[in-house]
Amino acid sequence: MGSRLPLWPEQASTISAQVDHLYIFLLCITAFFTVLIFSAIFYFAIRYRRRSEAELPPPITGGTALEITWSVIPLGITMVMFVWGAKLYVEINRPPSDAVEIFVVGKQWMWKLQHPEGQREINELHIPLGRAVKLTMTSEDVIHSFYVPAFRTKQDALPGRYTTTWFKPTQVGKYHLFCAEYCGTKHSGMIGLIYVMQPEEYQAWLSGGTGEGSLAANGQKLFQELACSNCHRMDTQGRCPSLAGVFGSKVELAGGGTVTADAAYIRESILDPSAKIVKGFEPVMPTFQGLVTEEGLLQLIEYIKSLGPKPGAPLGAPRTTSMAATESGKR
Amino acid sequence: MVNTETLAVREQFESAAQQKEASTLGMWIFLVTEIMFFGGLFTAYTVYRSFFADVFAAASNTLSATIGGVNTAVLICSSFTMALAVRASQLGQRRALVWLLIATMFFGSIFLGVKAYEWNEKFEEHHVPGPSFHLEGERNQGQAQLFFSLYFAMTGLHAAHMVVGLALLAVMAYRAQVGRFGPDYYTPIDVTGLYWHFVDIIWIFLFPLLYLIGRHHTA
Amino acid sequence: MITAAAEERVHYLNENYGIKSWLLTKDHKRIGLLYLATITLFFAIGGIFATLIRLELLTPMGDLVSSETYNKLFTMHGITMIFFFLVPSIPATLGNFFLPIMIGAKDLAFPKLNLLSWYLLVIGGIFALYAMLAGGVDTGWTFYVPYSSTFSNTYVVATAIGIFIAGFSSILTGLNFIVTVHQMRAPGMTWFRLPLFVWSHYATALIMVLGTPVLAISLVLVAVERLLHIGIFDPALGGDPVLFQHLFWFYSHPAVYIMVLPGMGVISELVSTFSRKQVFGYRFVAFASVAIAILGFLVWGHHMFVSGQSTYAGLVFSFLSFFVAIPSAVKVFNWTATLYKGSVSYATPMLYAFGFIGLFTMGGLTGLFVASLGVDVHVHDTYFVVAHFHYIMVGGTLMAYLGGLHYWWPKMTGRMYPEGWAKLSALVVFLGFNLTFFPQFVLGYLGMPRRYHVYPDEFQALHVLSTAGASVLAAGYIMPLIYFIWSLRYGPIAEDNPWGATGLEWKTASPPPTHNFEETPVVRHEAYDYAALAEEARVG
Repeated sequence: MGSRLPLWPEQASTISAQVDHLYIFLLCITAFFTVLIFSAIFYFAIRYRRRSEAELPPPITGGTALEITWSVIPLGITMVMFVWGAKLYVEINRPPSDAVEIFVVGKQWMWKLQHPEGQREINELHIPLGRAVKLTMTSEDVIHSFYVPAFRTKQDALPGRYTTTWFKPTQVGKYHLFCAEYCGTKHSGMIGLIYVMQPEEYQAWLSGGTGEGSLAANGQKLFQELACSNCHRMDTQGRCPSLAGVFGSKVELAGGGTVTADAAYIRESILDPSAKIVKGFEPVMPTFQGLVTEEGLLQLIEYIKSLGPKPGAPLGAPRTTSMAATESGKR
Repeated sequence: MVNTETLAVREQFESAAQQKEASTLGMWIFLVTEIMFFGGLFTAYTVYRSFFADVFAAASNTLSATIGGVNTAVLICSSFTMALAVRASQLGQRRALVWLLIATMFFGSIFLGVKAYEWNEKFEEHHVPGPSFHLEGERNQGQAQLFFSLYFAMTGLHAAHMVVGLALLAVMAYRAQVGRFGPDYYTPIDVTGLYWHFVDIIWIFLFPLLYLIGRHHTA
Repeated sequence: MITAAAEERVHYLNENYGIKSWLLTKDHKRIGLLYLATITLFFAIGGIFATLIRLELLTPMGDLVSSETYNKLFTMHGITMIFFFLVPSIPATLGNFFLPIMIGAKDLAFPKLNLLSWYLLVIGGIFALYAMLAGGVDTGWTFYVPYSSTFSNTYVVATAIGIFIAGFSSILTGLNFIVTVHQMRAPGMTWFRLPLFVWSHYATALIMVLGTPVLAISLVLVAVERLLHIGIFDPALGGDPVLFQHLFWFYSHPAVYIMVLPGMGVISELVSTFSRKQVFGYRFVAFASVAIAILGFLVWGHHMFVSGQSTYAGLVFSFLSFFVAIPSAVKVFNWTATLYKGSVSYATPMLYAFGFIGLFTMGGLTGLFVASLGVDVHVHDTYFVVAHFHYIMVGGTLMAYLGGLHYWWPKMTGRMYPEGWAKLSALVVFLGFNLTFFPQFVLGYLGMPRRYHVYPDEFQALHVLSTAGASVLAAGYIMPLIYFIWSLRYGPIAEDNPWGATGLEWKTASPPPTHNFEETPVVRHEAYDYAALAEEARVG
């Protein structure tokens, strides 16, 4: 970031170049029509300038064929733009199933990020080159938005809900992270850096961090502290459903219907247990609203994910166990 | 009888007919804006009810469908007397017009009185949103409070419109009494009627949406 | 010709004197002038906020004002400019003044309601100004919850009340226009003989009437939540903050068409008069106005592509957003085609019209960028969007407003403005505008977010360019303020029809009599019939 005038953001993710291509296409169309209109006006204004006060131009009223042409052609062009942009958008909203999941909590006025292995970062994110990362985000207070211009990604972080975004970095370097939804006094201070590192350097960084234990391990501790294990026993003797292997599976509900046990379901079950009762069980679970923080919720979710065998969940459940496997050996 | 035509035509209009059409169209457009205004609340209601159907049903069941039903009947009566009032004005029946306007106000006032009673009941049962809100037997107090927020917002906005309607009716009753209206000029009665019927129709929607959720399940 | 010198003749300006005759007037022309004064004041206030913003942004650090103050500045700039300047601007000044005259009526359908509309704008403005002076509001003009409903410590409720009241000003104006156009056209003035200015104001009025009430209820809900903490948008209670966004944008997207459609109506008039030719494709332009109004209600979700709404919703809103671009493009092509084989004059109003067409084209095309899902993810909430809407609102609407003011000034005041200074101002505005806002497209794509008080160093050069442009632009606006006022006393007396234009307003005196016409006109030919006009001149 030198003193020369920057005109174009860096391309640092798999999607950046694609967004830029669409942008350039749009620029070309814009330039074409701008030049067309400017030139036409310029030319007509000069060629047909008023030469005498008495002159009366011919009574040209219009031409239907022309109207149809210059309606249909722009419509065709805009439909191309739509399809192109839509395809990109769908890809932007579909994280690959092998993406590593990182958790983000936005609050006034900082970003708190947690790696599944336990590293916590504030306003910074270290990730290895070439591996897809999926962010699961929420806010503790107002709406924020996680924006990395170099990756061309942006997603609002909402209170009370999880939203997700993903990216796969293609270039080593450090890139701006901005909050892109106005959130109060220090909105423009809610910025940070994304560090994309070579895989070896990333491993070094990972192991050099303060070993606070992985998210799942912390989740397990919380599970005990909050006495969840009294009811949710690993055998089926408790009054509550066993949570082994539940993540990503289809849960049958009392009153009919099924739901897929994703992160949002787990979160709801902890904060608002009476919303969905599992078939065959009584509504006896108390609410933990106010007793567990957003970060605690994410840790519990990670712990529950780690229980039991992983079904081939179509939800993009990250392989935290495989992440642990790659830690110890090189890929 | 006083020839009301030339007195009442404003300068900007070419004729009484043009004025009448303009006034009526103006009121219809105003009612469309009112539909959009209430529409925001109906949208919020639709969204939250679809999220929290059971909680809304439970909360709705704490309202008295009987009282709400009686109030609905009262309001329909008031629309009936209003329609008759318009007819009376068209026929030049001054006394009938005045009495029918007063009857409409009477029914409208009963409606508001009953509504005040209902609200008071809600207050005593701690169903008013705020720090002291509590719905018995409901695990999800937040969502139940949402129902009641919408209940008070929608019935409150409706009641405010009724108060304005009563004031309009009072003004019209006075003018009718001093003989301002007749077969040649009754447009204000006409547009007041439009407004009153609109307020009635809003209630016709509010009643089942707020009072009758899931009632066919309960005994 | 000049119908007897203005000083000797009775017209709407000198028929009555005294403050009461103005504050209690029912004359749509006087009400138009009351609005003119009011919105000029609000424009100045909004402009002061803009000046402070651009001065702060000269440096990457927050060294001119604190963050709290900066957040209030951009909020109040947006609120003042949108609700108290742009929305009323053309309809309430030029529309009020000329819509009745153009259709051959003596006034609007409901003159007292018209006066009430003005008072509502003033009262709403007083609430908003009170909030600004008492400490300000810092939620952004978009009032997103939960920040505005729960977290902000500023004068949100007072501001919301002010906007709520001003909203009713807008609704009543729209209601008045619709009834007037339906009911009070002169004999022979059929729908397809109406000037396109009237068509575009009719379409605008439809939006005002249908959209503004939804803004009203949205603001009521925010205020109620703030005051009573009932939690309608509070996630802890099950409320949904994104619901607010849906309700808010349901009005605020059509609102941008409220702001640009009247400008398009002005441009149709200017392009026709100063080419001395009928607008090419009259019916297409007329229908395009209505199409914009209708389609404009279907696209609000394009402000919410990254809000957490579903991908499916994003696809639908993006698709429809591309459709709404087409009628605008059709208008631009038709205006350009009007010049073909015309008799083009370079009078100041036409220079503004040229500026509008060029800058609106650019602004409108950049709308395609933000409608495009894949690109919008990157540019949403950046300076790209800021540049896009300023191209349309300032490069478009404001230029149309200035063009219209210059065009109808002689009719409204009986005086001509100084043409040399006016041409210079138009040029200064055009250059200053582009220098201010073009760098912002680049800033936005680079990733500079909106509403940022401090920013990374590498963005500074572009910000300096933008601020430099803003100072030029400011000069371009101050000049007309001075010479318009000057012209009231010293400007040359204007003729009835100084431009040789068609339209009923040019058949009456400059300034018009209070009742607009000595006798109700009967319309016998199509709009923009210059041959008929020349014929009448020869015969008359």
